Amino acid sequence: MKQLTVFIENRMGRLEEVTDILSKNNINIICISLADTSEYGMLRMIVSQPAAACEVLCNSGFSALLTDVTAVKLPHHFGSLKKLSGLLSSNSIDISYMYALTSGDDAAIVIKTSDNEKAEALISEEYEILGASKVYNM
Amino acid sequence: MIWAKEETLSRQEIEAIQLDKLQKVVARVYEKVPYYREKMDAIGMKPEDVKTLDDLKKLPFTTKQDMRDTYPFGLFAVDKSELARIHASSGTTGKPTVVGYTKKDLDVWSECVARLAVMGGATKEDVCQICFGYGMFTGALGLHNGLEHIGACIIPASTGNSEKQIMYMKDFGTTLLVATPSYALRLGEVATQMGLNPQTDLALKTALVGSELMTEPMRAEMKKLYGDKLVVTQNYGMSELMGPGVSGECTELCGMHVNEDHFIAEVIDPVTGENLPAGEKGELVVTCLSKDAIPLIRYRTRDITRLMYEPCKCGRTTVRMENLSGRTDDMLKIKGVNVFPSQIEEVLLNTEEIGPHYEIIVDRKNHTDILTIRVELAPASMTDDYKALEKIKLKLRGSLRTMLGLDAIINLESPNTLQRFEGKAKRVTDNRKK
Ligand SMILES: [Zn+2]
Repeated sequence: MKQLTVFIENRMGRLEEVTDILSKNNINIICISLADTSEYGMLRMIVSQPAAACEVLCNSGFSALLTDVTAVKLPHHFGSLKKLSGLLSSNSIDISYMYALTSGDDAAIVIKTSDNEKAEALISEEYEILGASKVYNM
Repeated sequence: MIWAKEETLSRQEIEAIQLDKLQKVVARVYEKVPYYREKMDAIGMKPEDVKTLDDLKKLPFTTKQDMRDTYPFGLFAVDKSELARIHASSGTTGKPTVVGYTKKDLDVWSECVARLAVMGGATKEDVCQICFGYGMFTGALGLHNGLEHIGACIIPASTGNSEKQIMYMKDFGTTLLVATPSYALRLGEVATQMGLNPQTDLALKTALVGSELMTEPMRAEMKKLYGDKLVVTQNYGMSELMGPGVSGECTELCGMHVNEDHFIAEVIDPVTGENLPAGEKGELVVTCLSKDAIPLIRYRTRDITRLMYEPCKCGRTTVRMENLSGRTDDMLKIKGVNVFPSQIEEVLLNTEEIGPHYEIIVDRKNHTDILTIRVELAPASMTDDYKALEKIKLKLRGSLRTMLGLDAIINLESPNTLQRFEGKAKRVTDNRKK
């Protein structure tokens, strides 16, 4: 699954510009994550058409790129996230970052790891991985 | 080839010539130019106080303002009847600065330019197209006479009508081009638009560029247009000092050799006026040793360079001045350190993770200067990793600290967010002045 990353200066209006461009091109934002840094930020998004979104943003002068990430459905019970991170770290996979993704009644997360392929293989044994086509249409 | 034996003298021999000429010229301006006499009297200095070259430091500077104040002939040291020519530089504001030449001055000028032309690759076989504007400006006639002096053939094409310029170049078999670097690039573009291949349809071998600053990217662009074998050198001068002829690059491309038997070059701190040790960057100050009509003493050029005394691979022993890195007018004093925007630009150009556009902002908070540099992330270095971006910032901060001895705040921005400039860029905002 592809995540769209857009570089934005921490300036009012830039975030709005990005969402404007996407909506004008009929691209839905499924979820969004923006870390709080003082000067600039990287807007991480799951959108309905990542490749098209990346292209229109780049054409509008933004710096954007696509990254492989994994969407995992987490059962609503205590400790499931802890178990997931334990599973990865015991296999020497680092979680670079993660953020929440709504998925009906269950919680889901988007994670980026140091080795996505290996991580997905491990995760899929115990969790449900949400496929790209499913997520893009959420 | 080295044109004159004066270009390969030992330091001792050069300095002996310089001291002898300096003593004579100071005595002459003291006697003939009331303006200089008053300035020297004001500090209690007599011509005989110049006993060593080091005593030059004690003499007052001459500035562009002095030339304006004495317009038109106040700094001339000869009677008008002895003048053979008058040139003037167009002042952007007010009156032009006027310079004059005696017959002997014109000969020295041709000799100085001949040396630079030869060290830049010119030979007597060359067909030289001079695309500087003829007229009051010293550039065209300076190169014209110097190249004629070495026996080359001159096409006084002047500027304008680029298609016709290309026609001359092609039909007359021009081998050497004299132009500003931007006009040389423009001509190459025009040739291409005319359906010519500048690399094969033109016979150009050498370009002697001047009268505006040539950056290394411009030199590279010229070689790309006209072919890698094109020898591109720049030379330096200004009408106040003579015109072209003060210094020029040899084909080793490691700075511009100063014609030291005719000029003394010094580098000073532009704020304090103190002389700086060899190798340090500051304002170039030039004393004319051989000019009869208007010999300026310690003329402040406002150009920023440094001097290198090590002998050059080309065999010349004359001091080299580094290719100019800007004007004193652009200098900033930040936390007591002299900073030239060109130094910052150099660091940015050498950092491939960011784009070539930038903005420099200086603020003062709690009595401390703060230097902020806005740069654009190069599209190729886009990442989804904060650590990678922090690494770029740290690298840039480190290089700037090495170059300037100062810490800067780096603002990374998206491509295409900083203002683009056509022509002269205004990239510095100094909020301390507000
Ligand atoms: Zn040399």
